[in-house]
Amino acid sequence: MTRTARLALFAVGAAGLAALLVTGVAGLPDFGHYRGPYGDVLNQVAVGERHATSVVAAVVYDYRGFDTMGEELILFCSVLGVALLLREHREGRARRDDPVRSDALRFFGLGAVAPTLLIGLVVIAYGYVSPGGGFQGGVIAGSAALLVWGAGSYAAFQHVTPESLVDLAEAVAAAGFVLIGVAGLVATGVAFENFLPLGTPGTLVSAGQIPLLNWAAGLEVAAAMTLLFAEFLEDVMIREGDGS
Amino acid sequence: MSWLPYLVAVWLFLVGVYGVATSRHMIHLVVCLAVAQSSTYVLLLAIGYRNRGTAPIFKDVPVGTRAVDPVVQALTLTDVVVSVTLAALILTLASRARVHKGTMNPDELTALRG
Repeated sequence: MTRTARLALFAVGAAGLAALLVTGVAGLPDFGHYRGPYGDVLNQVAVGERHATSVVAAVVYDYRGFDTMGEELILFCSVLGVALLLREHREGRARRDDPVRSDALRFFGLGAVAPTLLIGLVVIAYGYVSPGGGFQGGVIAGSAALLVWGAGSYAAFQHVTPESLVDLAEAVAAAGFVLIGVAGLVATGVAFENFLPLGTPGTLVSAGQIPLLNWAAGLEVAAAMTLLFAEFLEDVMIREGDGS
Repeated sequence: MSWLPYLVAVWLFLVGVYGVATSRHMIHLVVCLAVAQSSTYVLLLAIGYRNRGTAPIFKDVPVGTRAVDPVVQALTLTDVVVSVTLAALILTLASRARVHKGTMNPDELTALRG
């Protein structure tokens, strides 16, 4: 199809879609006048029922815990797909290295690695008390590894993220999330039903099994991000090492 | 103006799809797809917003305080994860296409060969 034909087809389709979408949103309640009822019910009962002060975390890891398992497995499968597609024909090919030569960049960049990792861990740890959680903190923790490449070198990145260890962390975290759900099934007869003491709301010792699921998600996301970075970086390094 | 956030979502979706349809580079295509997907974040969060509502976190405020909908925020989180996985897979396929066909232009990736 030529570009003009495609643009014409797009214009027709987009006009129809725009009309549909505008009619659709015209039927929504006015902005700022949320009608509920699910959000209101959860805001009322979640703290009492689950002892988690962050209702979003209670929804993600408890009320919708089963869906979050699916979400975790989507991430797992995607990383698996990336690794399978990019890892072919890699053995014995030259790898380039690209150490950063600016001392100032190395000093401040590598100095930021530990604080970044720490921020990631704090965001995970307090996910069910205040804003944050395993997914958000996992991305921050994973980006600490990328910072090692960005301010250091590819060799340093490889050194701090041994492939076998990150692969293992990814698999253990995904399996752990599923197993916690199965443990709820065994203990209470309902998957992802809480089976641990609920603790005191607003403290780290609260929310029953949500902390476990939260940490499993955090480890899973951090490992997934690190693996994605590793695969893409290796792809670039090999290609440039070959001089192509 | 009470529809404006919804119309922003519609607009973001349409410009994102326009970018995908007319893209000449796979990485540009992934960025356009991210724009289109971000429209769903705007739409979800706009639907759950409540005037003068606080975040649905009852650590320093008592339960019963006027708050926005936590469900759409959790859905947005799922949405972001899906967006990341899609971007990673498309970039991988783009990288493979560049190795095998020597191009990043989707227009030049025409024939399928086994």
